[in-house]
Amino acid sequence: MPKEIKNNILQKSCNRRTFLKGAALGLASLAIPIGTSDASIWESFFQKHFREMNEDEIRSVIERLEKEYEKKYKTHFNIKATEPLPGVLYGYGLDISRCIGCRRCVYACVKENNQSRDPQIHWITVLRFKKGEKWVSVLEEAEKYYYPDKVPEDGYFYMPVQCQQCENSPCQRVCPTQATFKQQDGIVVIDYNWCIGCRYCMAACPYGARHFNWGEPRIPKNELNTEVHYLGNRPRYKGVVEKCTFCIQRVRGNPARYPACVEICPVGARKFGNLLDPKSEIRYCIENKRVFRLKEDLNTSPKFYYFFAT
Amino acid sequence: MTHPLEAIKNLSTSFKLITKGRWYYAWIAFLLFFILIGVISYMKQFSQGLILTAMRDQVSWGLYISNFTFLVGVAAAAVLLVIPAYLYHFKPIKEIVLFGEMLAITAIVMCMLFIVADIGRPERAWHIMPVIGAMNFPSSLLAWDVLTLNGYLAINIFVVFYVLYNLYMGKEYKMSVIWPIVIISIPWAISIHTVTAFLYNGLSSRQFWNASILAPRFIASALCSGPALMIIIFQIVRKASRVEIADSALFKIAELIAYAMGINLFLFGAEFFKEFYSRSIHLAPMQYLYFGLHGHSNLVIWMWLALIFNITAFILFLRPKTRENFFALNLACVLIILGVYIEKGLGLIVPGFIPDVLGEIYEYNPTSIEKAVTVGIWAAGALIFTLLLKIALPIYTGELRFKPPISEDKYK
Repeated sequence: MPKEIKNNILQKSCNRRTFLKGAALGLASLAIPIGTSDASIWESFFQKHFREMNEDEIRSVIERLEKEYEKKYKTHFNIKATEPLPGVLYGYGLDISRCIGCRRCVYACVKENNQSRDPQIHWITVLRFKKGEKWVSVLEEAEKYYYPDKVPEDGYFYMPVQCQQCENSPCQRVCPTQATFKQQDGIVVIDYNWCIGCRYCMAACPYGARHFNWGEPRIPKNELNTEVHYLGNRPRYKGVVEKCTFCIQRVRGNPARYPACVEICPVGARKFGNLLDPKSEIRYCIENKRVFRLKEDLNTSPKFYYFFAT
Repeated sequence: MTHPLEAIKNLSTSFKLITKGRWYYAWIAFLLFFILIGVISYMKQFSQGLILTAMRDQVSWGLYISNFTFLVGVAAAAVLLVIPAYLYHFKPIKEIVLFGEMLAITAIVMCMLFIVADIGRPERAWHIMPVIGAMNFPSSLLAWDVLTLNGYLAINIFVVFYVLYNLYMGKEYKMSVIWPIVIISIPWAISIHTVTAFLYNGLSSRQFWNASILAPRFIASALCSGPALMIIIFQIVRKASRVEIADSALFKIAELIAYAMGINLFLFGAEFFKEFYSRSIHLAPMQYLYFGLHGHSNLVIWMWLALIFNITAFILFLRPKTRENFFALNLACVLIILGVYIEKGLGLIVPGFIPDVLGEIYEYNPTSIEKAVTVGIWAAGALIFTLLLKIALPIYTGELRFKPPISEDKYK
């Protein structure tokens, strides 16, 4: 008996999914006229979960995706799947006393991360509060749609909200397919090719950080950012969820860059760094300023710290 | 002798016997018309995306998930018939429990259709399956829901087909087979609804759902709407076929509904008191539902209607005089179905999102596409149930029985 099992190892390497994939490809090649690239429909249908793929599989998936994007957007995308850097846990700081509510971060993010322009998706929401009114634990008085001629406005202050990259993230806990998961550097990511669009994560997220592609995302060709990460800013699909990834394509780069929102902020209200590095700016803020995290009562343990520098 | 294949052949030749009647075809055509509208609307939604619905990031679940929640309750309610039927050997109900189980099958299939209609990438639905996909079990309650709902579907399909097959073959079905399944199915029915309640209940971000009263209220209201639907269906079955359903069975179910609604109303009162007396910030969704919030009051009229319906139905069901009067009984059934449909449909899902987590109020009004798909799925459910009845009724009444073939040419 054991011998037989051993002999079967060769057969075992052809697992069910590979078999299905092969079978489907075979069928597809029969059904689809020779010479078309439509077999990629089946490859994309049977694409594995990102975490289950080995390096070769990721490479071939990326090749296929680059072709698909090229066809759709008529331009070449450079898709990376850079892994988390060792010894890094990203943290974010936002100085409420400095923020002027200009929303430059919102639009820099849209551009950097290829958010759909129509229908409009914003990963960052800037909330405006009236001084002296309820805030922090009661966001009911928050105004999201403010359109003054000039910011900052007298009598108001601003609090931008985006994905808080929770250590104890409700979105990841509820996702039925593990399409959203946290990597070692603390970034919560989404495999856009695995998400089924059930939106359970959106119900679970206490920060309104998750956004759904209700329609086909549209981006003008000249505004595309073609330097993308598989788990980050590559163009998304209709019917999947997306959110801020701390600009995974930038912060894992070599040389690493700040997230677009940090870079653009005209008043330096946004800080970013490695929580594990005692000399980082974010650690300085946490240790020397009065920081708080949004909705701490929910125990989500965000890595996004609000503070008051002045 | 009685080979299953032979039986199927026999059934198909007998199929002509059961598919007749002008009203039957008119009803089927009526349902197919709405199914067609639903399919066309869904195809539109599939190609352009869920942007054709009124759901948005602020209110990310709507009419589809509302219907799903209501129907899980209907499916679970089959247990209300199973308990007296098998545990207490209440004879009049025992004979009709089969129809409750067929209703459960229909409701679960409808639940699945509503989920398919709701998700953004239905072709990736296999990602949620164990083994072939990456099911997030036990962490995600949605994974639990997939398991419990499918298990419940399997149990009910097995019982219905096992009983019907034996009746058809003219054999007595074995209690040794049915009994263990009945024992499993009772907690299982409770579990499908508990798991569905927990799906919402477990989200600390949504104050309205994050109250431990949610699951008990789910069960209580499920035991109202499902059986009320069955009381109506039984009367139709009784009229349209030779199946005899004792009045005492209907009245017994009505009595059980009264107790369930009593509990539901009490739990509602407990929730209402807690929110309105303490007046904490968690009041907002309740305020929105019953009095309107910052001038937004889309659901207010519906919620009060639902409450009035439920209280009226409760009184009608509670008094033996009214529940044993068929006009009052049927009125109460309709009221309670509508009441629970509002309360546990949009009245449960939408306030989870109002105000949203960043304090915004987005009022959700389902679009015509959503309504058309919803009507289509209800029509599909009605069709499934009709076809099940069409097969089950003649077997049940003994009109349709397996006759061992004497010679081949008899069937030519």
